[in-house]
Amino acid sequence: MQAVFDRIKESVLKTQVWKSIFRHDYEDSQRNRLLQVLDNIWLHLHPTKLPRHGAYLRFTWCMGGITFLLFLVTAVTGVLLMFYYRPTAEYAFADMKYLQFDVPFGMFLRNMHRWAAHGMVIAVWLHMFRVFLTGSYKPPREFNWVVGVILLTTTLLLSFTGYLLPWDQLSIWAVTVGTNMARATPLLGHEGPFGPELGMKPDNDVRFMLLGGTQVGPPTLLRFYVLHCIFLPLFLAVFIAVHFWRVRKDGGISGPL
Amino acid sequence: MSEETKPAPAPAEKAAAPAATAGEAPATPPKPTVAKPGSKQTLTKPIAETGNLWMTRRNFLSRAGWVAFFSFVGTMLLGSLRYMFPRVLFEPSTVFKAGFPTDYPVGAVSTKWVKDYRTWIVRNDKGFYAIFAQCTHLGCTPRWLEAEGKFKCPCHGSGFTMEAINFEGPAPRPLERVQIALAEDGQLLIDTSIRFREELGQWSNASAFLNYA
Repeated sequence: MQAVFDRIKESVLKTQVWKSIFRHDYEDSQRNRLLQVLDNIWLHLHPTKLPRHGAYLRFTWCMGGITFLLFLVTAVTGVLLMFYYRPTAEYAFADMKYLQFDVPFGMFLRNMHRWAAHGMVIAVWLHMFRVFLTGSYKPPREFNWVVGVILLTTTLLLSFTGYLLPWDQLSIWAVTVGTNMARATPLLGHEGPFGPELGMKPDNDVRFMLLGGTQVGPPTLLRFYVLHCIFLPLFLAVFIAVHFWRVRKDGGISGPL
Repeated sequence: MSEETKPAPAPAEKAAAPAATAGEAPATPPKPTVAKPGSKQTLTKPIAETGNLWMTRRNFLSRAGWVAFFSFVGTMLLGSLRYMFPRVLFEPSTVFKAGFPTDYPVGAVSTKWVKDYRTWIVRNDKGFYAIFAQCTHLGCTPRWLEAEGKFKCPCHGSGFTMEAINFEGPAPRPLERVQIALAEDGQLLIDTSIRFREELGQWSNASAFLNYA
């Protein structure tokens, strides 16, 4: 049996197709180990070598990695949910119920999306806490802390925009309450400092732009859907790339205090 | 005059060749530059030095390119921003007729326009006023509790009297009243886009209350 597997493995590894994709063999040498990381687009963001403490759970808590994993989970499950969900006032609530009660694995995917989203918010805060405790925000990593704050804010905005999509009483009123705070935006809100003086009214201020109307309604659902599924994830992905890249460029994972 | 102006570019030459006498130096160097402007020497000099143009062609094209680029990006940005503010709103009209005054019993709060127009109409022994059904805390829709004689917000528990005065919960100010009048056909005419705030003393405005005995 082992011989058969070896023969198959041998014949696969020798094909032109395999060799064109993986440019090095699997002989266990120092060089090959480095190349396996360097030559792979998925692995190359990760350093080929880590300091020993970088692998200690007690130092990193693995919170950055877990946050990223949960982001991937929400992205994949979110795309799957989009196959059934229609972001209009007529259908949104019914589609959410349809997903829960009739679509095969619909409830499972919806819950996965929801719990991964909750987990991502928690993990992001814990990651920030760890970075603070280990002093990893200090120079030369101060810019990456700023990038991290942008990522945290975007994560919270993703949660907020996703909250409206079930289109039930809870989500509508939660978003009503949340966006009413935008009325008090300085200069740009119609109830904020210097807002009325600048001509801000309920139908032309920053809250109006966010809602697409003077109250939470069908245009709001569509706007939040687009923000939740397209704009914010892309924005987040760009800054995740910058964040990871800066970890490498700023000297790798920080050392223990 | 010409004898005095010609030596002007000379000082550099003078400094470069201090050995030359003051009389010879201005005589020779200015001649090639002034007499033969098309010579190689003048072409290779930066134009800023010759004073012929205020900008080289390369600088001009570069700046024109950047101006074009930023004009394009800026216009796109402004256009996209304007795009987010629609001209038409598919929201209920702010003006509506609420039936005849005789439809409303004295001393009662009418909730029949809340669902469509978010407005309560109250009649007391002196006349009518209309209250906008939006909590002044964070904008939820309170409910009229007949038995307790108060408006109660389900979100954070703010309470308002029948007159719309806040008396419990986090709401910082009374509910807003809206414009109420009699239409020509004798019906009540409400405009919810015109609000009257008690803390600004606007409840005593003429159209905040409809006298009707």
